Amino acid sequence: MQAAKVLMVGAGGIGCELLKTLALSGFTDIHIIDLDTIEVSNLNRQFLFRQSHVGQSKAKVARDAVLKFRPNINITPYHANVKDSNFNVEFFKQFNVVLNGLDNLDARRHVNRLCLAAEVPLVESGTTGFLGQVTVHVKGKTECYECQPKPVPKSYPVCTITSTPSKFVHCIVWAKDLLFAKLFGDKNQDNDLNVRSKDDSNSKTDVFERSVDEDLSQYAQRIYDHVFGYNIETALANEETWKNRRKPCPIYVKDALPEDAVQLNGSSKDHKNEEHEPSAMVSLGLRNPQEIWSLADNSRVFLEALKLFFEKREKEIGNLIFDKDDQLAVEFVTAAANIRASSFGIPLHSLFEAKGVAGNIVHAVATTNAIIAGLIVIEAIKVLKGDYQNYRMMYCLEHPTRKMLLMPVEPFEPNESCYTPLVLEVNTKTTKLREVIEKVIKSKLGMNLPLVMVGASLVFEDGEGLEPDEAANYALNLEKVLAELPAPVVNDTKLTVEDFQQELKCSINIKHRDEFDEEKEPDGMVLAGWSGPVDKQVTSNGNKRSVPSSSSADDVNSTAEDVSLKPGMKRKLNEILESHENSDTLQNKSDVGSSSAQLVEDDDDDLVMLDEDPKQGKKKRLQ
Amino acid sequence: MDGGGAERELTAQETALYDRQIRVWGVDAQKRLSKAHVLVCGMNGTTIEFCKNIVLAGVGSLSLMDDQTVTEADLNANFLIPPDESIYGGRSRAEVCCESLKDFNPMVQVSVEKGDPSLIDGEFLDKFDIVVVSGASLKTKLLVNDNCRKRSKHIAFYTIDCKDSCGEIFVDLQKHSFVQKKNGGETEQQELTYPSLQEAISVPWNNLPRKTTKLYFAMRVLENYELSEGHSPGKTTLSDIPAVLAQVKDVRDKMSLNESQVPTALMERLLAAGKKEHPPVCAILGGILGQEVIKSISCKGDPIKNFFYFDAADGKGVIEDIPTPPPCAN
Repeated sequence: MQAAKVLMVGAGGIGCELLKTLALSGFTDIHIIDLDTIEVSNLNRQFLFRQSHVGQSKAKVARDAVLKFRPNINITPYHANVKDSNFNVEFFKQFNVVLNGLDNLDARRHVNRLCLAAEVPLVESGTTGFLGQVTVHVKGKTECYECQPKPVPKSYPVCTITSTPSKFVHCIVWAKDLLFAKLFGDKNQDNDLNVRSKDDSNSKTDVFERSVDEDLSQYAQRIYDHVFGYNIETALANEETWKNRRKPCPIYVKDALPEDAVQLNGSSKDHKNEEHEPSAMVSLGLRNPQEIWSLADNSRVFLEALKLFFEKREKEIGNLIFDKDDQLAVEFVTAAANIRASSFGIPLHSLFEAKGVAGNIVHAVATTNAIIAGLIVIEAIKVLKGDYQNYRMMYCLEHPTRKMLLMPVEPFEPNESCYTPLVLEVNTKTTKLREVIEKVIKSKLGMNLPLVMVGASLVFEDGEGLEPDEAANYALNLEKVLAELPAPVVNDTKLTVEDFQQELKCSINIKHRDEFDEEKEPDGMVLAGWSGPVDKQVTSNGNKRSVPSSSSADDVNSTAEDVSLKPGMKRKLNEILESHENSDTLQNKSDVGSSSAQLVEDDDDDLVMLDEDPKQGKKKRLQ
Repeated sequence: MDGGGAERELTAQETALYDRQIRVWGVDAQKRLSKAHVLVCGMNGTTIEFCKNIVLAGVGSLSLMDDQTVTEADLNANFLIPPDESIYGGRSRAEVCCESLKDFNPMVQVSVEKGDPSLIDGEFLDKFDIVVVSGASLKTKLLVNDNCRKRSKHIAFYTIDCKDSCGEIFVDLQKHSFVQKKNGGETEQQELTYPSLQEAISVPWNNLPRKTTKLYFAMRVLENYELSEGHSPGKTTLSDIPAVLAQVKDVRDKMSLNESQVPTALMERLLAAGKKEHPPVCAILGGILGQEVIKSISCKGDPIKNFFYFDAADGKGVIEDIPTPPPCAN
């Protein structure tokens, strides 16, 4: 313990508990990387931090706090992103073990690859609410982190968001990524929101543009009527869409707020608002974020928030990105999502709930993190002792399974090859290189600074140290469709992709396909043969490697005693665990909370994503 | 317990601080937590973990009872005591821990209660909703449990003990009603009735299922040995092993148990442990107990009934229900 050099990645919920436990357990040389700064909502569990530390580096403050009770140990903090190029294989090689306390899949995969390359054992972990797990990954002895399929962030087809929402989350995505973005974000971004007004279907006018000196209240009402009234009426005109679906109701300001007519003119009503933190809720006297507002109140919030942005935060308009800690933005998105939900007969939600969905907030408590930290240290000690027969994957359950709340499982054996031959089906005549790189190479394959070759030709490279003409050339290539690259990529072409930092290289065989189902294949391309993290909408290849499952009734009835599983029984345990999962974490009810959330190891940042290129697919855009 | 539900709304400060945990257990539970009063007797590696957890969770108040003076040995598994004699010298463990704990959450009242758990009377206990005892003799545990049960106020009783790399938690919620979430999201009201500590440990061993966790038996043997020898907890050492094993054999013969149910190796481990606490195990036990107390206060979620064991040797965290209900109950 004393001699060991340990790297911790993450100084948040798990990180604070882990650093404390490592220090108490006799570790004397700990390095810790975390790019984040401290926020108020961290303080309910990241106990090394205090109110006075808000805004400061987590890694640094954690170190200082632990040194208070263990002054003679060495803790080296890095306020940095673990994906930075200075955290290379050489850097990782200096450690005896790496302990992850991360909250996103992307960083975990990156660290996994570096640990494989550096041949350093990795102990992975994750928590959500009352659930948690710890897994051990040692090259040559166990599977690597990516050998088991991981759930990836859910994305929704464009048409669901723009035309046929059926869940509240669809309304949130619309409100956040379309409406909010359109009104307050970068004007140059593509946006799928219908911008033509009814009076002027042929003109170029963008309804969302506020005319010079246009009265704010008028403007706000105009926007309201356009998106909740006119756009819905237009959609209703397309009978086909609604043949088997509940028709939405258009809503106009005069319907939602018939009695407010008198007050709707003029600027926002309030004088209670502070200059630097305008809030529609405060203006309107709505105090309880847990309360579900009526359609009328949601409408008032919508109008008021819109006005407040223009009155008090005009300078930011055009540059705003939704931030869950931006109260006014959250109010606006909540109200907009609720009005839309109302239109489509979807239940309304409180600001508290809406914020959770829009901000991809992961619910978290101190106790689970403390338990997991303890389990991590126990595994880390085994790793340092080379006690590989006793490595365990540890699961912390909310409800006991076979009398166990903490369940050890033997790790799986290493796979012969993590990456079997990959095949990518794509329309080579219409898909740009940039899309393949973003959606497949960086996103699915998790490469950070990839290099793409076609035969001996380098068509793209990412990273530092590029010559200006090289960089310009690559920029040009990004915008070319595959078939028109200098080294054309067509059916049966083989791409070689590589990431030096991660020491990862693989080939992708390209298959041309003309058409893709916009609902089932919203990316417009399909990757097969990938036994790493799998998209929910594509058949998992992980199943093909399944081990024979033994289905004797005895397995299920055996007591807590008998947990040394033979390979066949491992699948069964996963099935048992899955039956405890409620896969829809997004259906939170305010008071009950969703503690039966997925047993996922990663708390993904981007749980809710809009398909990035709305131009794909066959469906016509609304006119 | 106080009637739940809201006489007051959470403040903006509470909503901001507790946001992430409110998303786990809801506003109602958070309000109940803020009205709960907890007593902890015995400050050691596991109870400080527990205290950290419930202070962060936002209980109404936490009272610490431990008059023992801080010694260097205490610094081992305790992150609440700064290793500076000018700070801790001559002061009780409760005092020093109290100071540090206050820092974790200014909204929780943390205070010291001078005294000895074996001497506290019933009326004193009425101040609390939750009582946790650690590092106490069997006699003391039974006494406090009994006193809790005698009150007309409902007081939940817990013990928690760590022996190096394994440990035990005992839960007595008397009659406890709670809400349980079913698959599919609906909730269901349930009620459990708990035996007292006396009742639980009086169950003849030959009535217990064969596969009952060995730690249960081992801990009882140690407890009884300490009782019969007048040892305070943790004072029994490996040199006592022959006498302890003799007692084990006695009990086993009476109850027709075989050696594997109370293994010699396990007894040796417990005796060698003394007062040592392995910090990762403290974190685990303190975390589990924290969750249990939160469940009990909020009346949400199925609580442990009635013993919990963790052993780092196999990594299992197991619940034992003693006395085991007959198969047709539930």
